[in-house]
Order: sequence, then structure tokens, then C-alpha cells
Amino acid sequence: MTVLNLLILVCLLYVVLLFSVAFAADRAAMMGRGSWLRSSVVYTLSLSIYCTAWTFYGAVGFAARSGLEFVTIYLGPTLVMVGWWWTLRRLVRVGRSQRITSIADLISSRYGKSNLLAVLVTVLAVVATTPYIALQLQSVTLSFAAFAETDPEAGTLPDMQSTALWVAAGLALFTILFGTRNLDANERHHGVVMAIALEAVVKLFALLAVGVFVVWGLSGGIGPTLDRIETSAIARFEVSGSRWVGLTMLSAMAFLTLPRMFQVLVVENEADEHLRTAAWAFPAYLMLMSLFVVPIAVVGLDMMPAGANPDLFVLTLPLMEGRDGLAILSFLGGFSSATSMVIVAAIALSTMVSNHVVMPLWLHYSGMAAVVSGDVRTVALMARRLSIGGVLFLGYVYFRMSGGGTALAAIGLIAFVGVAQFLPALMGGLFWRGATRTGALAGLTLGAAVWLYCLFLPSFGPSAILPQSVFDHGLWGQGWLRPRALFGAEHMDPVIHALMWSLLLNVSAFILGSLLSFPQPIERLQGAQFVNSFDHPSAPGGWSGGMAQSEDLLIMAQRIMGAREAQALFSAVAARQGVAGYLPEPSPDFLQELERALAGSVGAATAHAMIGQIVGGAAVSVEDLMAVADETAQIMEYSSQLEAKSQELARTARQLRQANETLTQISVQKDGFLSQISHELRTPMTSIRAFSEILRDTEDLSPDEQSKYATIIHDETVRLTRLLDDLLDLSVLENGQVELNIQTGTLEALLDRSVRAAGGDGDGFRIRRVRANEQVELTTDLDRLAQVFINLISNARKYCDAKPAILNIRVTVSDGQLVVDFVDNGRGIPTDKHAVIFEKFSRIGQTRVSGAGLGLAICREIMERLGGEISYLPGQKGAAFRVSLPLTVEYMTAQGAV
Amino acid sequence: MGKKVLLIEDEPNIIEAISFILSRDGWEVKTHANGHDAMEAVRRRAPDLIILDVMLPGKSGYDILGEIREDEDYAATPVLMLTARGQTRDRELAERAGASRYMTKPFSNADMLAAVRALAQT
Repeated sequence: MTVLNLLILVCLLYVVLLFSVAFAADRAAMMGRGSWLRSSVVYTLSLSIYCTAWTFYGAVGFAARSGLEFVTIYLGPTLVMVGWWWTLRRLVRVGRSQRITSIADLISSRYGKSNLLAVLVTVLAVVATTPYIALQLQSVTLSFAAFAETDPEAGTLPDMQSTALWVAAGLALFTILFGTRNLDANERHHGVVMAIALEAVVKLFALLAVGVFVVWGLSGGIGPTLDRIETSAIARFEVSGSRWVGLTMLSAMAFLTLPRMFQVLVVENEADEHLRTAAWAFPAYLMLMSLFVVPIAVVGLDMMPAGANPDLFVLTLPLMEGRDGLAILSFLGGFSSATSMVIVAAIALSTMVSNHVVMPLWLHYSGMAAVVSGDVRTVALMARRLSIGGVLFLGYVYFRMSGGGTALAAIGLIAFVGVAQFLPALMGGLFWRGATRTGALAGLTLGAAVWLYCLFLPSFGPSAILPQSVFDHGLWGQGWLRPRALFGAEHMDPVIHALMWSLLLNVSAFILGSLLSFPQPIERLQGAQFVNSFDHPSAPGGWSGGMAQSEDLLIMAQRIMGAREAQALFSAVAARQGVAGYLPEPSPDFLQELERALAGSVGAATAHAMIGQIVGGAAVSVEDLMAVADETAQIMEYSSQLEAKSQELARTARQLRQANETLTQISVQKDGFLSQISHELRTPMTSIRAFSEILRDTEDLSPDEQSKYATIIHDETVRLTRLLDDLLDLSVLENGQVELNIQTGTLEALLDRSVRAAGGDGDGFRIRRVRANEQVELTTDLDRLAQVFINLISNARKYCDAKPAILNIRVTVSDGQLVVDFVDNGRGIPTDKHAVIFEKFSRIGQTRVSGAGLGLAICREIMERLGGEISYLPGQKGAAFRVSLPLTVEYMTAQGAV
Repeated sequence: MGKKVLLIEDEPNIIEAISFILSRDGWEVKTHANGHDAMEAVRRRAPDLIILDVMLPGKSGYDILGEIREDEDYAATPVLMLTARGQTRDRELAERAGASRYMTKPFSNADMLAAVRALAQT
């Protein structure tokens, strides 16, 4: 059996072992057994996916090329684990309480569940991770090729690309089998984690074994090895301060933001205590991993032929020495590093792709019916599986396109800078309540753009994607836009250059965007959740909370109770507590009071859940809560609309009532009018009937009596006719149907005519006039005006009881207004009757005279039609009426203006 | 029962017509033409029967009837009410005020005579 065949067999057996371990672990977890599955040791070992093939092989290459700089890659995570354990704990706790499934989920969740943010993070993660996956495939292929080269019996070199394809396919199968067994809300994968832990042990063991072999087997012990290091080129490498600090920071950031690290660190985390163990155990693991890197590099440089790839020293040193067993172990170590990274990265990325890209699209196109029907689970699993296949296929394609020439470490650092762009949004979201979605979007977009332009695209080499001219003269010939010297920052290390600019712009845009934008209520709530995840240990029974929550409570209360009521309640409690301002201390008493107030609007259970959500962390999702609040707001909106409607109804009812009252009044007036007419008609008819019967039935009437009674009948008939005439006249005038007959004449002639018609001057009734004043030319309906004059003169003749009765008619003209006063020397009209004399049937006093009491009513109507008026003049000796009329009036007639 | 009738009515022609009719039937007819001192006229004339118009200047016929019914001496005196308005409501008002009989203008002379005779019998 050749070494190559043996390697293939061992590999296959190793793969079978991994499958079995994963299967057994999943089974044990499902049966509820195996608390050992959730131990802190397994958690710590699973973190070792940080050490990929790049670390396993590449660290030695890194050391061979750049000296001690490789240590930064281990230093960053160590600093995070030791110095930032409280940050990690917050991250882990938020992840668990919010049921976070990926870093994209966490960032979107923090910023108001923005799917746009989730998609942005997902795309950036896929772009940054794809070359990294390609790198792992490349490392497996390269190490396999290294074996094949040394095997004399292998006739031809195996096809590297088909090897990579097989590896990719196998990894896809494993990941799909163990990564998508269930859709647990926690997204924990016991089988995968267990297999990874095993691989972590294998790779550490393999590297230590090679190290021991190199130091004691090849170099002759610790002393000679140290001497060798002293004299080697590695000791003389100058360590650049900025690059050292930069790379340490970079690896620290990437440790938090790499999707696969987030997966094992946060998503797969079972308990806070595991973090405490990992805080010292993981740095120890990293230290062991780095222990023999320099010796292997130095010995490799010494002993291997010039031009040998230092990235493969770990493998080629044992092979060169004929230690096939050790070489196979070393290969398994590298294989473990590569596969564990790819598996977890594929799980993390596929979760992001399926949750934030595929599922939203599917839900959008299939509609709500699918959600109800329950295919969601099937579709989600299918989406997850397809995403895993897609991610690995992308990695394979990248591997084929790139041709496998680039140094391993370079690809790793490029990916680090890419995922580091998540850090501002992530940390800002955890520690800064003012951070907003707009800020996160702006920062991420700008950072990702700079990374793409300054590091990712140039990494394909000049003219591959970016033309050479862009490298030399900048985009659009703008010198300050050169990808390697942005804003004129020349002669910098490309990685540090890109890291500095991308993060600087990312953080600036993030802070500026956050300060300039106003967060949505859900963002504020989520922000409070994330930032305050530690401030309030759960206190069952009563509520307790910090001052910061009062603002959140107020926001929530305003949505439910309405702004004014909520503010009133808060101010009142604040005043009672003696706190300045409108925000009270969230004391248990206040919280209970608030809960009761909210319960009035949304019910007790919801109110409790709401306050619990803000203060205590009850198991209610913020989305549920906001839905409830929105519903309440809608109900309030609706009820205020109802209120407005009922006010409108009340207004309408009032108007109807008024209209009805008016109608009733008119009806009463009409009844009164009819009653009056009835009386006025029946009275003369009574006389007529009585005397006509007397004339008919009485045979012995004297001729005088006959004549007298016939005269009475005649007079009463005339009276009846006049009444009917008046009624018709009034009716025509009131309905506005009157046609004016406009003529021109002098006032003197009109008064002469009126006096004659009213019975003339004489018989104890004298009329005094000043004819000089009556020379006034009039253009109006002279007949109607005469009717008014006749009425007034007749009234004076009828009612003036002075002996002798005298009527003065005075005429004045001023301001184009003609005024004619009719003043007699009688008793006049009592003051209390002045208001009613122009009404119909308003006869005054006891004096019986012919006339139905319609005369003045008709006069008023006529004067109104003529554009003038008639009024009673109080304060004169006797009855006094004033008729006034403009001398120039445009009369509307049926034919139009005259 | 004597045949002294008091006619309280303000329309001169109607006074003349009723006076003519009743006089020829043997009644002694006294007249009064306004409302506000009608009760004094009743006491002065001490009629056996009263004919009372509703629409009188000074005081309404209903009010005068009320005063008549409150006066011990005339509480039982028959009163024939005359009205020119002729609506159902007027008849009700008259009966409630204590009218013995109610007639609407215009009336036939025979009806008037019959009504007066009938009232005199009671």
C-alpha cells in the first residue's frame, strides 16, 4: 500500500469517525441524555474553529515571511477573551434572550428588525467568507498534492481541481446532514459542535506532535533550536509598530464578527459559565497552537530546499524525513482545521442567506396562505440546504477562478477586514442607546465600499478587476481615490491602509447617521433591550428598573393611552415622588400604578407583559408588543373618529330640533292666521246671512227697515270683498311675485291723488301739507306708493279721535332719501304695540272700524319691494308714520332692471 | 222664567240682527259692546239668559264666562256662546268654561231662536 492510498484510507476512516460522533451526539441530545455535550470544554474546543487551515499551515508560512507578526493573529482573540469577557457575556446574553440566529439577525434585530440591514450584513459576510472557504479547499488540495509529489508510485499528479470538488461535495453533505437536522429556535447543533471539538483536539495534537518532532527529532532539543532561531532571519525581521497594533486589533475584531465565530461563540452557547471557562482555556489553546510555529518555520527554512512553500512546512518536514505516520497525522490536523471552519461557516452563512434573503422572498411571492398551511418548515429547511450547497459551490468556484496562487495569510486578512465592518454597528448597538438604523446602514455601506475598493478588488491583482490606471491615478483620474493610497495616504501597508480608512469612515458615518436620525419606537425599545441587558436582574413578583426605562415606559404608555394622558400620569407621579421633570423613578409602586392604567386600555395580561418586556424581560417578543400597541393606537384613532361622528350627529340633531321648532312656530303662526281670516270672513257673513233671512222671512218690514238692512248687507259685502283683495295683495307681495309698474311723477300729484282716494279733506278731518316741499320727481311704482299713502291717510281718518282731527304730512329730502311723515293729533299708538302694528291682523284698541288689520302689513311689504321702508315714529303727539324711499333705485322687475 | 236677555257683542250689525230677531219673539234685549266691564253689565242688567261673543275688545269671552260662573247669582244662568272661528278647539274651550250652548257664526235666525228658547226652558 502506498502512502497516498494509506492517506486516502485514513482520511475516509476519519470522516466516518466524524460522522459517527456527530450522529451519536445528536442522538444523545435528542434522547435528553449527554449533559457532557453541553460542557464548557466542548464550548472552548468549538471556539478553535478560529484556527483554520490558514492558522494550521499558514502561521508557519507567516512566521517564515514576516517573523513574529503571526502572533498578532493569536493575540487579538486572547485579548478579547481575557479583557472583554463582559462584552462577550453581554453579547451572549442578548443573543440568547432575543433568540438570535446569526450576526445579521442580531444587527437587524437591534436596529428595529430592519431586513435591509440583515441583507447588507449577509451579502458582505458571503463576499468576505467565500475566498476564505476557497482558501480551505486550497489548503486541503495543496497538502494532498504534497503527499502525491513524494509518492514515487503515484503515476500522475491527481487532478487538484477534482480533489477540491470532492472535498467541497463531502463537506456539503456533512453540513446538510448535521447542520439542518432541525430548525431549533436556538439554532444549536450538538452533533456538529461535537465533531468540531474532536477536530480541535486532533489539530492541536497534530501540530504539537510535529513541533515535538521538529524540536527534538530534527533540531536536537530546546537549546540548539533557540540557537537556530537566534541566527535565523526571523529574529532580524523588524516589527512595524503600526502593523503590529493594527493586526492585533484586526484579529480581535474579526474574532467577534466572523460569522462562524459568532455562530459558535453566541448562537451555540449554552450558558454564561462556559464563557468563564473559555476565557482562560481558549487563550491557553491558542498559546499551545502557536508554541511550535517559530521552531518549525526556522527549521523548515534551514532544512528544506530553497523555494519550498513555507505554508506547507508542517507537512513537508515529516514527509521529507520519511515519517509517514506523523505526516498523515499532520495532514489530518490540517484537514480538521479546514473542514471545521467550512462546516461552521456554511451553517452560519446558510442561516443568514435563508432567513434574510430566501425566506422573505419566498414569503413575498407565495403570500400569507403558505404561512398558514405550514409548509414554512419544509421550505425553510430546503432553503437552508440549498444555501449550504450554494455557499460551498461559491467557494469552489472562487478556488477555481483564483487558481490557488495567492498566499494563504493574505486571503485571511482580507476577510478579517471585511467582517470587521460589522463591529461599529454591533458594539454601538450593545452600548449606545442613541445608535440608529440609519447610522448602522450608513456606516456599514461606507465601510464595505471602502473595503471592496481598497482591499478586496485590488487583491485579484492589477488589471484583473480594477484596471492598472485606477491603481496608478485613482478612480476617474482622481489621485486621492487611488485604492492603495486613499486621500493621499501613501506608502502604507495595504491591509492597515484599508482597515484604517474603512473603519474610520464606517464609525464616522455610523455616529453621524445615528445623531442626525431619529429612531423608530421599535428601534428605541430594542435598543433599550440590548443596551440594558444587564442592568436589571429579573425580580419576580414586583417590578424594578432603572431611570433609563422611564423614558421607554413613557413612549410605550403614550402609544397606548395617548400622549396627553400618559404625560399627565408620569408628571403626577414624578411630582409625588419629588423628582424634578416629568420622568418618575420606576419604583415598584409606580410600575404597578402604570400597569393598572395600561390595563384599562389593553387588558391586564397585555399590560403586564408590556411592562415586563421593558422592565423585567418577560417572554413576549417585541413584535407582539408593538402589534398590540399599534392595534390600540388604531382603536383609539377609530374611537376618536367615532367621537367626532357622534358630535356631528348631536350637532345635526340640534339643527333638526331648531328647524322643527321654527316649523312648529310657523305652523302656529299659520293656524293663528287662518283663525284670524276665518273670524274676519265669518263676521260680515253673519250679518249678511242674518239680515238676508230677516228680509226674506219678515213680511211686515217697513220700507225704511228694508232699505236699512239692504244697505247693511251691501256694506258687509263690500267689506268682505276688500278683505279678500287685501289678502290676495298681501299673498302676492309676500311671495315676491309682484310686478312693479315703474312710472315717473311728482310727489305733490301723488299725494293729491292719495288724499282724494282716502276720502278727501273735510268733515272734521283736516290735512296739512307744505306743497313747496312736495316738488320732488319720483321714479318708482307710483300706484303702490299711493296705496301706502292712502292706507296711512285712511288710518288717520279712522282712528284719530281728536276734535278736530288734523293730519300733518311733512316732506324732507336729504342724502338722496325721500322722507314723508304722517303725524296726526290723536292719542297715538301705545308704546307696547309699536312692535306689532305692522303684523297681520294687529288691530289696536276697541274702536270698531272697517278693515281687517292687514293694511300696515301690506304697506310694509310694499315699501320693502320698493327698496324703502315704513316705520312708526315714537315721541310725536299723535300717531306718526314715516315712509322713506331712496330717490335713485334700480328696480328689479320681471323684465329686468329699469 | 223671565224673558230678559243680555247680548254681549261688539259687531254693531250683528247686535242689530239678533236684537231684531229676539225682540219679535217677545224678549227684552239689552246689549253691551266690550269685554272689560262686561261683568258689571251682567250684574246691572240681571239677565235671565246671556248671549256672549268670544272675540271681544278688552277681554276674551271665555274669561267673562269664567267670571259669570264664579258669581253666585249667575252661576246657573244659561249662556249661549258665539264664535266666528269655528274650530273644534274653540268648542271645547267654551264647554270647559261652562257654556250652556255654543253656536258658530254665521248662523240661521231660526237656529238662534230655537237655541234661545231651548235654553229658556231649562
